Amino acid sequence: MSSMTSTSQPAVEQTNNMRSLPLRHAKNSLMTILMGGALLAVLFPLGLIFVHIVKMGISSISLDFFIHIPQPTGEAGGGMANGMFGSLVLIGMASLMGIPVGIFGAIYLSEYGGSRISTVIRFCADVLSGIPSIITGMVAYSMLVVPMKGFSALAGAFALALIMIPIVLRTTEEQLKMVPTSLREASLALGVPLWRTTLKVTLRSALTGVLTGILLAIARVAGETAPLLFTALGNQFWSSSLTQPIAALPLQIFNFAISPYEDWHRLAWAGALVLVVTMFALSLTARYFGRTGHKN
Amino acid sequence: MNSKVKLDDLNVHFGGTHAVKGVDIDFPANSVTAIIGPSGCGKSTVLRAINRMHDMTPGAQVSGRILLDDTDIYGRGIDPVAIRRKIGMVFQKPNPFPAMSIYDNVIAGYKLNGRTRRDEADEIVESSLQRVALWDEVKDRLKSNAMELSGGQQQRLCIARTIAVRPEVILMDEPASALDPLSTLKIEELIEELKERYTIIIVTHNMQQAARVSDVTAFFYLGELIECGVTKKLFTTPDKKQTEDYITGRFG
Amino acid sequence: MSDVTASHRWKIEKGLSGDFIFKAMTVLFAFSILVILMLMLYEMVSQSLPSIRKFGSHFITGMDWDAVQGDFGALPFIYGSVVSSVLALLIATPLAVGTALFITEIAPRRLGGFAASLVELLAAIPSVIYGLWGILIMTPWLQQSAQPFLQKYLGFLPFFDGPAYGVSMLAGVLILVIMVVPIITSITKEVLTAVPRSQREAAIALGATRWEMTRMAVLPYGKSGILGAIILGLGRAVGETMAVTMVIGNNPQISLSLFSPAYTMPSVIANEFAEASSPLHSAALMHIGLLLLVITLIINALARLLLWSMSRGAARGAKL
Repeated sequence: MSSMTSTSQPAVEQTNNMRSLPLRHAKNSLMTILMGGALLAVLFPLGLIFVHIVKMGISSISLDFFIHIPQPTGEAGGGMANGMFGSLVLIGMASLMGIPVGIFGAIYLSEYGGSRISTVIRFCADVLSGIPSIITGMVAYSMLVVPMKGFSALAGAFALALIMIPIVLRTTEEQLKMVPTSLREASLALGVPLWRTTLKVTLRSALTGVLTGILLAIARVAGETAPLLFTALGNQFWSSSLTQPIAALPLQIFNFAISPYEDWHRLAWAGALVLVVTMFALSLTARYFGRTGHKN
Repeated sequence: MNSKVKLDDLNVHFGGTHAVKGVDIDFPANSVTAIIGPSGCGKSTVLRAINRMHDMTPGAQVSGRILLDDTDIYGRGIDPVAIRRKIGMVFQKPNPFPAMSIYDNVIAGYKLNGRTRRDEADEIVESSLQRVALWDEVKDRLKSNAMELSGGQQQRLCIARTIAVRPEVILMDEPASALDPLSTLKIEELIEELKERYTIIIVTHNMQQAARVSDVTAFFYLGELIECGVTKKLFTTPDKKQTEDYITGRFG
Repeated sequence: MSDVTASHRWKIEKGLSGDFIFKAMTVLFAFSILVILMLMLYEMVSQSLPSIRKFGSHFITGMDWDAVQGDFGALPFIYGSVVSSVLALLIATPLAVGTALFITEIAPRRLGGFAASLVELLAAIPSVIYGLWGILIMTPWLQQSAQPFLQKYLGFLPFFDGPAYGVSMLAGVLILVIMVVPIITSITKEVLTAVPRSQREAAIALGATRWEMTRMAVLPYGKSGILGAIILGLGRAVGETMAVTMVIGNNPQISLSLFSPAYTMPSVIANEFAEASSPLHSAALMHIGLLLLVITLIINALARLLLWSMSRGAARGAKL
């Protein structure tokens, strides 16, 4: 071995070192092109979908869409006013149920929880957020629809709340953890009880981040369809009763899209545009809050 | 001594910050040059310019010339990849590839040349590990994960990985600052031996270390080269007041 | 912290303190996560008991789905779910990983950031809208252009055999690809961003090209995280309901041809559950739901473990 180390010839080694360079650069270029190609292949259909929604949506949308309910089968005109209203009711109720659970759960994880049990809860929350939403719908069905002997807005909102909880919990916890301990200590040192400190100081300074999480959760459930299929069920007419089936925008888009009628397809496109614009607005607001939140 | 690497009016900007200002130095071949100075003086920035690491940093701008032998490494048509094959670098914190075995770590850079024969690879791994005095410690577990080694061993592994590529110049960015005193000593001994074959440029914040291992020392302050000279002289009778203040511990 | 509150103890002893009530509330809500998960499992099992008792393991291998005769076998749905998800993943993975690599390793920061936020916005589009596009734009295109084309040149393969309806396994796979790519891309991007700079520099300093650096330092370091992202994508694909239901044709058959309509587990639940004809029918649908729940629980647990092992950088995936 030692003979080898002392008889190496730099000149030969150097050429060997550089010999394959053009090939290596060619490979690098090829891979770069392939990756760029992947990006284009990904963005192309997504861009296409976006263009179609905007094009078809704008050509179909009208004032009627916002103030009328659907016409009977096959008749022209009509809108999805009841669906939009129903969605607002569902999201509002789901938020009332889901957000407090998510936020208080997050406070437990970041302020009180022992590390092992917190890890278990965190893990379960992550797993929960990956469960297909149609299963959540089935669970809400057997827990509320069956005992109440009927489809209802309440059951729909409950299903949506189950989806919101893990999202709110995880984002809020992350935000709370970023609040420096010194801030909490400063408040505690002034004799403020822990629970007031948590609410008035910790939660308050993480507020924009928490808001971001809430907006993201709302954006997520605003478009959910599957969990409403056999909970809220949908409704052709106006309804604001919590114990009755209620219309929802995504449900209407679904039902109209699979119908054979051209007019209903147009309504579905208009609904899709409204939904997508709402979601983008929510998600951009969330990002905005997220960004300013981190600066403060 | 003939110079191996020569900086000619080197300037480095990051966005609006002028980090290195008009530096000229000759780094003599087969010797150790230490770059010292208080933190933030631009010493690492100079070092990273020498193998074009700043190419990877968005917003970094290098101007002036750096000559390796007689080639300007920032010249037209010069391939930074080829330059880095000739000018290797060892970092502040040991950074072996965690997903690879000890063996694979050593051969990783060499293998980039293309298909490598098994016996050729074996030879290179053994000779490189021997040169960093790690062979005896790891020869029975070449296939085990590199992260199982201690910090000092990991750093020597990183040096072995660098010399396996057969560079001409080795840049070291505070290579012992994350290590315990014993490992530091081993690295310093290693540097002493390596200079027979390689030109070594080492950045260090530790003046004793610079005095122990280097032949030539360059002192930087606020992005400028204040003084550069034979180590012994610079540490005993520096020409500049600032150098004297620094080495006597009056600031920095 | 107990030291600080100790000074108030004389007050606390008198009754329920604010601290106690507050903490109790947080405990209650945090543990509700566990309760929800348990409750879900319990409900699904108890509701599908009639079907489990009646069909047992035959349920998984049975080919018939006959609500009139009361004979239920879920194999065509399981087949449809497995084939559509696996094929979609096979296509989506290279695209998503390639895109993530382009964003993190190659694109200038501005362009990369822009592409990343685009991908994330697209990941937020609801399933029903992908379905709407799929049924009104994609399936007619498949029927009129893509399928005849494939049949003409690849028709000798059993995969491209039979009449072109538009709605088909092929349509289901394509819509799934479009839907899971943004998810896998954005989690993979997070994982790649978490690869330390020192690893990249190590490779570059050895004289690696950018691609060699990616292969040598970035991909091996992010391996488990990327695998987690892919498995999470699989979980999404398996549970995806609306879009698939709208384009896959909803016909419980097992056919090699991608042109044949198929049916998936979530789709049959979506289509039949609200109007189940008998208690046994709804129990059978619950049974399918239970299988789906167990499958996705396993997939998600696995994905989370992989992502968690990749440390905090990837924990953000939870938000998607």
